[in-house]
Amino acid sequence: MTTAPASLAPQSRETARLKQHYRMFVDGRFTEGGGEPVSTINPATEERLAEVSTASAADVTTAVRAARRAYEKVWSRMPGAERAKYLFRIARLVQERARELAVLESLDSGMPIRQTRDVGAPAAGAHFFYYAGWADKLDYAGYGADPRPLGVAGQIICSDAPLQRATEKIAPALACGNTVVLKPAYTTPLTALVLAEICQQADLPPGVVNVLPGVGDLGAALVAHDGLATVAFTGSAEVGRQVQRALAGTGRRRILSLTGPADTVIFDDAPLEPVVDGLITGVFAGPLAVGGWSRLLVQQPVAEQVLAALQVRAGALGIGDPLDDNTDVGPITSGGRLARIRELTSSAGAEGAQCWTSPVPLPDRGFFTAPTIFSGVSPAMRIARQEVFGPVLPVLTFRTPDEAVALVNNTPYGRSAAIWTQQPSRLRWTVQQVRKAVVWTNTVPLFDPTAPCGGYGESGLGREGGRAGLEAYLNG
Amino acid sequence: MASDRGMASDGQVPGQPGPGDQPGRGDEDRLPVTKTYQLYLGGAFHRSESGRVYPVTDYRGTFLANAAQASRKDARDAVTAARSGFPEWSAAAPRARGQVLYRIAELLEGRREQFVSEVITAEGWPVRRAAALLDVTIDRWVWYAGWTDKIATVLGSGNPVGVGSRCLSEPEPVGVVAVLAPQSSALLGLVSVLAPVIAAGNTTVVVASQHRPLPAVTLAEVLATSDLPDGVVNILTGRTAELAPWLAAHAEVEVLDLCGAPPSISTDLERTAAGTVKQVLPASATEPDWIRAPDIRRLRAFTELKTVWL
Repeated sequence: MTTAPASLAPQSRETARLKQHYRMFVDGRFTEGGGEPVSTINPATEERLAEVSTASAADVTTAVRAARRAYEKVWSRMPGAERAKYLFRIARLVQERARELAVLESLDSGMPIRQTRDVGAPAAGAHFFYYAGWADKLDYAGYGADPRPLGVAGQIICSDAPLQRATEKIAPALACGNTVVLKPAYTTPLTALVLAEICQQADLPPGVVNVLPGVGDLGAALVAHDGLATVAFTGSAEVGRQVQRALAGTGRRRILSLTGPADTVIFDDAPLEPVVDGLITGVFAGPLAVGGWSRLLVQQPVAEQVLAALQVRAGALGIGDPLDDNTDVGPITSGGRLARIRELTSSAGAEGAQCWTSPVPLPDRGFFTAPTIFSGVSPAMRIARQEVFGPVLPVLTFRTPDEAVALVNNTPYGRSAAIWTQQPSRLRWTVQQVRKAVVWTNTVPLFDPTAPCGGYGESGLGREGGRAGLEAYLNG
Repeated sequence: MASDRGMASDGQVPGQPGPGDQPGRGDEDRLPVTKTYQLYLGGAFHRSESGRVYPVTDYRGTFLANAAQASRKDARDAVTAARSGFPEWSAAAPRARGQVLYRIAELLEGRREQFVSEVITAEGWPVRRAAALLDVTIDRWVWYAGWTDKIATVLGSGNPVGVGSRCLSEPEPVGVVAVLAPQSSALLGLVSVLAPVIAAGNTTVVVASQHRPLPAVTLAEVLATSDLPDGVVNILTGRTAELAPWLAAHAEVEVLDLCGAPPSISTDLERTAAGTVKQVLPASATEPDWIRAPDIRRLRAFTELKTVWL
């Protein structure tokens, strides 16, 4: 058993090229928005990182008009092969500035540098590379001959892995010939604005990509804007419903990528070590990439054993500075989210779940919460039903495969499941039965630009990634 | 179904020259036995639990029959029936589903005269046009019958993730689809929206055209005697505006097809459906021309893509 790493190996903060002040990006220029400026906070220190000027409702109209102009005059008319070259160019620039983006993402969102550097930033480049290739091959995508773009895409992303969220929205929209107005979360706007700068460096025609920082109201104003042809939203189920409601009757396309439980199902024959590795990576050291909240369902005979092994490993996770290479668990993105996690975890205790918390001391400042495991959780408890974005794992047990599937499916959501068993027939059966958009078998959660993600049921509409990710951006 | 017997000659096709081979027995004197039109739920015909009926007229306004006027509870029962039909139908071999759909086409072909007559009565077309519509209707079943075992090939994908994993995306049936059937085209329109739903392996609750519900009930009689398992298709007749909100709000309905929604409430229905993040097929301003060849869009709308990392 190891203890928390004592040595510090922080990435230099300078790499992020942090600026004092960030501005919105409209029609190819960075300009002051008409909204109240907000401070974006470093969640690891609770200190102000930078001031960001936000967009007003009038700026939304300006941005949508600019995007419309760019769509009509330039982008939708450009041959696919030329669009592709712009996207390849952006992909290259993202790769060149990957380290800067990773450090900035860690500073702004609190994700550990190992995640942002090894997963997030490479994925951002990979998304542009992947969709760049589609731009002149859309005839082969299965959406009819010569599928047409739709117009201006309004895109709203949340604060989980914001760089990946931004690229997985922008790349397919652009590849199909649409133009974009993107609103990042007000807590984590910085990497999206650097992405805008990259678009500028790539000489992307003005108005093709516009980035509007702002608070929730701005998102509502964007969704409701008449000038949009399609809307993509990533975030909570509750806001997702509001978005869908706002779009009712407009006939606009939409992609909703909403949350839902990310279940890990462990059968009694699963190899213990990789299972625990998978859980540690998937739940505690990088839960924010999953887009769901975690639950563990473990077959009774091995429950004790798995729980004990998990506690050992989770208890050894380093908590602290996200820029430190030894950090496994960073802070929660915002104070509001932290408060929500605290409220939910205390409810779990009150409802009778047994709580284990990592003994590793938390930093004095920052939105930190210790890795926490709840055992003896029943499906009716709030901790098993409500989204909790953080290093918190409720553990439920089951006896039979039927019971496992019932537990997994007994929710209106359908985001993802990871299934661990060495028995091929049981694996096949379980994969077939679970109503989830993404299913991992005997592996840690993995993501790839070629693999469609999304949600069944109330976890969303449509898919992002792969060929299916083109659908919301094409009239075919 | 007992009602299936003796159907061959109950249609009086207006304007059609008598073939003379099967003369009715004293048509002038005999009082015809009229048919009762009921709801089709879970593979059986029922009256509305509310006991309500509403008068249905032909295209000229002449009284034809009383149709069951389904209630909120009937709508919920229909969803329950569809839900319980889902495991079997969604898990059935795609090829077997195709054969079931093809069988429906065969049965329709065998009942041509009756359906032509019903379409004429409901929609007022001349005989030739009505017969042509029926041709398209039957061919539409055949078209979708051939799709069942190709959907996964065409909509699925192998995803080249290249990290030592294999990754596949496969379309799966969504679940229960609530369909507000087209209001004008009582048979071809209905089949055009119904066939893709069940071809893709879903089960459904269909609200038939409010003023022209009889072809739907006759189609239900065909479905009841086909190989379609009980509960796969459930057909309600009644007021669309009364039934639709319950279906739009129902948590066990995964997709809502607003094709025949009254324009005045279709936005409200879409808003209601957002409460459970349903996939919604919006109503179009005017009813589509159902004779036009369909495409894969409906099949795509009625499937969920599952990505599996192996």
